[in-house]
Amino acid sequence: MSDDCELMTPSRRAVLGAAGALFAWSFVPRFAHAAGARDCRFVTIVLRGALDGLSAVAPVGDPDYAALRESIALETGGSDPALPLDGFFALHPAMPNFARLYRARQALVVHAVATGYRERSHFDGQDVLESGQPGPGRIETGWLNRLALALPAGERVSPHAAGARVLGVGAVAPLVVRGRAPVLGWAPPSLPRAGDDLAARLMDLYAQRDPLLAEALAAGLDTEKLARREGMAGDNRPAGGPADPRGMVQIAEGAARLIAADDGPRIAALAFEGWDTHANEGGAKGQLANRLGGLDAALAAFERILGERWKDTAVMVVTEFGRTARINGTTGTDHGTGTVAFLAGGAVRGGRVVADWPGLKEAQLHEARDLRPTQDLRGVAKGVLADLFGVSAAALAADIFPDSTGIAPVRGLVA
Amino acid sequence: MAIDDRHAHLAFSRFGLGARAGAGLRALGSDPRGAVLAEIGPAPLLPADGLPATPAALQELDEFRSERRKARQRAEDALAEAERKAREAAVYGPPPPPPPMRNPALETYRTEAERRFAAAQAAPVGFAERLVWFWANHFCVAAAKGQAVRITAGAFEREAIRPHVFGRFADMLLAVETHPAMLIFLDNRQSVGPNSRAGERRGRGLNENLAREILELHTLGVGGGYSQADVTSLALAITGWTVVGPFDEDHELGEFFFNRNRHEPGAPKVLGRSYGQPGFEKGRAALADIARHPSTARFIATKLVRHFVADDPPAALVSRVAAAFADGDGDLPRVYRALVEADETWAAPPAKMRTPQEFLAASLRALDRPARGPQVLNLLNGLGQPLWNPAGPNGFPDSAAYWASAEGLKTRLDVAAQLARQAPGIDPRERLETVVGAAASRETRQAVARAESREQGLALMLMSPEFQRR
Repeated sequence: MSDDCELMTPSRRAVLGAAGALFAWSFVPRFAHAAGARDCRFVTIVLRGALDGLSAVAPVGDPDYAALRESIALETGGSDPALPLDGFFALHPAMPNFARLYRARQALVVHAVATGYRERSHFDGQDVLESGQPGPGRIETGWLNRLALALPAGERVSPHAAGARVLGVGAVAPLVVRGRAPVLGWAPPSLPRAGDDLAARLMDLYAQRDPLLAEALAAGLDTEKLARREGMAGDNRPAGGPADPRGMVQIAEGAARLIAADDGPRIAALAFEGWDTHANEGGAKGQLANRLGGLDAALAAFERILGERWKDTAVMVVTEFGRTARINGTTGTDHGTGTVAFLAGGAVRGGRVVADWPGLKEAQLHEARDLRPTQDLRGVAKGVLADLFGVSAAALAADIFPDSTGIAPVRGLVA
Repeated sequence: MAIDDRHAHLAFSRFGLGARAGAGLRALGSDPRGAVLAEIGPAPLLPADGLPATPAALQELDEFRSERRKARQRAEDALAEAERKAREAAVYGPPPPPPPMRNPALETYRTEAERRFAAAQAAPVGFAERLVWFWANHFCVAAAKGQAVRITAGAFEREAIRPHVFGRFADMLLAVETHPAMLIFLDNRQSVGPNSRAGERRGRGLNENLAREILELHTLGVGGGYSQADVTSLALAITGWTVVGPFDEDHELGEFFFNRNRHEPGAPKVLGRSYGQPGFEKGRAALADIARHPSTARFIATKLVRHFVADDPPAALVSRVAAAFADGDGDLPRVYRALVEADETWAAPPAKMRTPQEFLAASLRALDRPARGPQVLNLLNGLGQPLWNPAGPNGFPDSAAYWASAEGLKTRLDVAAQLARQAPGIDPRERLETVVGAAASRETRQAVARAESREQGLALMLMSPEFQRR
């Protein structure tokens, strides 16, 4: 049992830092302003720690599911029934908003999916997921950043009204957005906010004495203002961070406000934590249920705050790998392989579970223990980028997901 | 007097941790440069009381893990028993939660943080502490590697850095590279010579991580004139440098240990020289030569000047400091004197930013607030410089642009507001005179004097360019 996750070999990059922060491309793609063209938003949410896909979207129609999952198996009846999707799969009961979007054909599930990574280290798995590379070890740039480079850059995103300028990234950016394309960073406050009057006075002092500090502080204050501009009076306290359901909602709300703005970014990434459920994972209720509830509420926050823009939005939720098919001795699950990905948004052609189901019999499992992946996550992401932004197959296979010529884009997931 | 005042402020900010409440700038008397030089002296050791040495810390962690395993087993047994009963009674209760246990890694980490900041609080100027921080960042370990590094990060600084801050570079280098925290952080603990007894028996291999970082980050620097072959050879020379694990009954758990069985036989060639010494001496001799390599002198001099003087280190000053390093065979006090005595060092404009650690220490000194471990750790996390936990083995960046980021500055403002709220009853105008004095601009004085409350005035003082820059 590999439950001592802190002993996994870390890569050279930050594993802490602003994990829950939003990071976004600092430009609006040029065609966003072309007459008649759609102005799409694309958000990637990384779930760090490896989401248990078999609990998030349970194959209740599979005859082997209940026996593998014992006390944490979801049920279609009882007091907390799983939410039916298509007769074979059912959604975790902690995700009613996603179920509603699914019924409205604005959300879909991809099941039995994985990156090309087949070991079981969180750090390497996240590196592969975020770098978009076939294997670990190449961690200079992330695929969202290379996507940004592939798109024609229009105006620079400028939360600072004074005009075009580079916005500094406060803390260490996650790998998925790292690279040559400039990114904007924002994190929810972890401290009580300083008062507006104090900030104004300091701005005044910097303007007179230190133009560089004035510029940096103005950008920091503007980004924060943008992130909290809707009815946030009295919201002066931090709300728990990226592993806490309330923290997830707070991060999503801030991120949604930033990307909803006309001069805000269109491509963004954020991360939620705490999915490494080795012990007491819980079934319809419990640890995993709480976090799925946070994710569900975060998706609802995007929908609510994006308003009109939701119809041209796709939010993709991904994780580094799945968990063991069978529960372990501490009523949890260990590091596995195949899992789920979620897509939600008005641009999604939803209402379906996209899966080539491999089955859960011993011989059907990967290495006799994990859900066998039958789809490559890169194909899913490539399809979404092709449909949403018109990225060419060549750019997708060479630059954004290198060495992926053999992995066809899954087209038609978004309209 | 005003001129000296400005000089004292520069001494405190560029080389120290800021003036303290009370005597303030006057504490440096008429010779601020002399006061900085006066801190070059006996090793700035921390009183050890209550702080575990490395083996003790790792033993405690080992006991904790073994207890936790047992507790989980008990919980599992209880669960099985409960399930059996439930099946019989056809009722189903929630599984019993595993009992809470105190994690010694977190507790030790907090205590170490508190002691470190208490030392910063007590220092007259803070030059010795700044040097400790400089070297701790140069030879960094990162707590994110795991509990074993988290629980020993403070001990690493106390045991491998502090005793040698005013000694010889070669001694600090050897102490660092043989310390369990470093051997764990950069994986040398697991490195096995392919032709050693253990290597032949178990087919395990060489790990080059530590050797690479010794050359790239600790001594010669990138472009310092080494090749991949040198990395491999150095890695071979230090095979067997490891840490006593839980199943070795002949040695004390958590101590440095030279494991002959893992040591690669032969005479590897590092930077053109062969090392055929027996056992541990092989690696020690290689490190001693690397420590006195001209590239090392230049690399260390560049980093020191960049840290204390300017992001773009003036070439002439770097050369002078490097020459002091070479002439003194790595005698560090001689290197520091060359730096502090140079007039260019004092003439450079205050364009660098205080790092978050320096900003926090200087604020606590100016407000005369005690440092509490949990608060220190939380604030440093928020400010983007988590204690003993940089993103990689290259440590935290050392440039004004990195620390004056939009998000970073905004967080500093929140921190300043919070610290000011916790320090009631201070007249901000008087405190500005005490700790910034004549260096304060007319605009800063005015902003502080016109503040709507004492707390706001103090926050403005802490955020003023004079307090942030150095």
